[in-house]
Amino acid sequence: MAVDDDPGACSVPLGGGWRPGARWARDGTLAPRPDAAAIDALPAHQRPTMREMGRRSEPAEHPFKAMPPDEAMPGTTPIAASTRSSAWGRPTVLIARTGQREVVTAACPLALELGLRPGMAAAHARALVGDLDVREAEPEKDEGFLDQLALHAVARWTPAASVASPDGLWLDLSGTTHLFGGEARFCRRLLTFMRRLGFTATVAIAGTPGAAHALARHGGEAITILPPGSEGEAIADLPLAALRLQPDALAAAGRFGLERIADLYPMPRGPLAKRLGLAAVERLDQARGALAEPIVPVIPFEAPEAERRLLEPIGTADAINQVIGDLIDDLVSQLQARGLGLRTAILTCLVVDGAEQRIAIGTACATRDARHLTRMLAMRVERIDPGLGIEAMMLVTPRVEPLQPQALDACLGGESRAPDLAPLVDQLGGRVGEDALFRLAAVESDVPERGFCRANPLATPDGWPAWTRPARLLRRPERLANVIALLPDHPPRRFSWRGTAYRVVAGDGPERIHGEWWRTPREMWAVRDYFRVEAGGGNRFWIFRRGDGVEAPTGDFSWYMHGLFG
Amino acid sequence: MPATPFPVDRTRSEHLAALRAELESARAQRGPALPFGVAMLDDRLADGGLDGAGLHEIAAASASLNDDAAATLFAAGIAARFAAGSGFTVLWALSKFDLYAPGIEQAGLGPAKILYAQGRKDADVLALAEDGLRDGSLACIIAEVKAADQTATRRLQLAASDGRTPMLLYRRHRSRERCPLDTPSSAMTRWRIGCAPSMPLPHTGVGRSRWSVELARQRGGNPFSLELEACDATGRLALPAAAADRAVAAVRATSHAA
Repeated sequence: MAVDDDPGACSVPLGGGWRPGARWARDGTLAPRPDAAAIDALPAHQRPTMREMGRRSEPAEHPFKAMPPDEAMPGTTPIAASTRSSAWGRPTVLIARTGQREVVTAACPLALELGLRPGMAAAHARALVGDLDVREAEPEKDEGFLDQLALHAVARWTPAASVASPDGLWLDLSGTTHLFGGEARFCRRLLTFMRRLGFTATVAIAGTPGAAHALARHGGEAITILPPGSEGEAIADLPLAALRLQPDALAAAGRFGLERIADLYPMPRGPLAKRLGLAAVERLDQARGALAEPIVPVIPFEAPEAERRLLEPIGTADAINQVIGDLIDDLVSQLQARGLGLRTAILTCLVVDGAEQRIAIGTACATRDARHLTRMLAMRVERIDPGLGIEAMMLVTPRVEPLQPQALDACLGGESRAPDLAPLVDQLGGRVGEDALFRLAAVESDVPERGFCRANPLATPDGWPAWTRPARLLRRPERLANVIALLPDHPPRRFSWRGTAYRVVAGDGPERIHGEWWRTPREMWAVRDYFRVEAGGGNRFWIFRRGDGVEAPTGDFSWYMHGLFG
Repeated sequence: MPATPFPVDRTRSEHLAALRAELESARAQRGPALPFGVAMLDDRLADGGLDGAGLHEIAAASASLNDDAAATLFAAGIAARFAAGSGFTVLWALSKFDLYAPGIEQAGLGPAKILYAQGRKDADVLALAEDGLRDGSLACIIAEVKAADQTATRRLQLAASDGRTPMLLYRRHRSRERCPLDTPSSAMTRWRIGCAPSMPLPHTGVGRSRWSVELARQRGGNPFSLELEACDATGRLALPAAAADRAVAAVRATSHAA
């Protein structure tokens, strides 16, 4: 064989070219290819590249398919879809802006896994995680939701509940947990409830609010139930921040080397109060139960209502009116005590056969005038069908407003005050419906038919500019026939309208009104020239011409009747 | 008022004096009347003005829409003068809304003074007016109806005197031929308003409107008719200038048309 044609033995031509450092020659054979599980176990930056794996190409992923974040650590189990943030599949953080600085205030579990922490700069978080969903924090909405939750707690779990800002609730569970099957069961129910709402929560039950606060936030367990009297030992190992200390007290404690709550126990109280402040000592005593810390419960707003259960079923209008009067008296005394006025009231009558009859009244402004309310309900008594008899009547007020005494504006000079129209408005509204009572208010538009809108019957709207305007306006402008007029700016000499020919003896105008191009493009160039004309016999009209009389795009120069002067 | 039997021996002048005293007391109960401020008009009205606790009917002289507008403004002007103080409100009850509020404002009745109430039919409108009258917190009430019989007007008159609120019943024309004021009614006064040619101006333009104001009937007085100048911005009518001024410009009115 003249030439070496066996490439399997050595691909290097004989007689030269051998380099001692060549990779293929380092240890004779190629390194064994690692199996897939071993590669997956490596961190992302240590995995062999595709080229090293010996593959030149591989099928590309579909570009629109959701891709898992490549920064995710290998071996992590996917987080259960228990939170709202993970529903999007993207790490999400909330940021708050203080001056020029944006700080992360909260991070979803995915983002926490990726190493993002509340308190870091938003730019830093964005740099660490490319595919990060950054949203504005809305603390007011959070507070609103917490308030709602506290009201829910008051209604369902315990009468004494309040908000522990910024992210917690106090529940005074004394004597209520047995209704839910014991403390442990209540805690589980609470967690389930929160999970269903989309929140993760931790619950701690302790003898003092301070200990419960510390354990719920720093205890590290979802449910902590302390036996009574063991608060001091339970919170001993927790960091000082669990005690709700002020930031400067925390900083001072850090300087003294105090880290855990137990560090405070052996210290004399006098120097401690001097170094950390009296508030810190109070917090410690509150957490250990030496100082009382009552929970100030939220009180839900209860709409005033009155109810009468009747000894015998009633069916006559007189009897119903009598009960209505009693109910109104009860309600008015409640409203008076609470400084409220009524806007809407619903009277519910329970009929013997179980059916309900309802009538409702609304008032134009807040009132607690018993005579007026009785009269308004009496106007609607005929709508009640008593059937076999009414055995109970209730009056509830879905809408009430504060109604305080009003200062009389200067009527010392003896002039009488303007009469109060609200009772009359209610009465007339009861007769024809509330929509049928209105005032007219000016709208900023020069086009005559758009210049007004309906307003509240008790409003005091402002007037219109003092351009001469007719007393009655036609619903739609009506085309005039046989118009003879000099263009561009003279009123017509004669015209016909509704079959009658008119000869004009005097005219005023034109008053030019341009179209409102911001409403529709058709009015871009539109122009109306209005004239006030008087025909023979004293008939005065308001007529207009479409177009300015010169430019064709402004209108077709046709004439219309629009209104009538007196 | 009950007719008191007079002794036979009294003289005729004593009878008359007693009757006049009774009339005076009855008139004093009704409250003060609102004068128009036009001497020629007020002198011919029995009360020296419009009774502030009574029903007054107003109709257009013809079925034309111009007379209709004139009668509307006449009513609006009266209401504006009744509601002249601040904070007073006029109720305008109607069934078909074709008023133009900027024009009504120019008779002195601004948007803060009118409360509109729209009923479905005439019976609704009359009921609204009666409720408003009995409430007594309104300065004046205008109701636009097409038909109102003697019973309805009687009710309104009683309600007006109970609530001491003036009531202006605006009777719209139903058909071209019949005047709505032909039917009997219990109104204190009944007015018929029509347009009249305005005085030609020495320059181009339309002068102040003029109306032919006809009092068709009044209690305790005679009917009359006048030509007056239309309401100004506070609802006041005016007497036209002397006739001598008018003849000058009436030569060729068409020359001022353009």
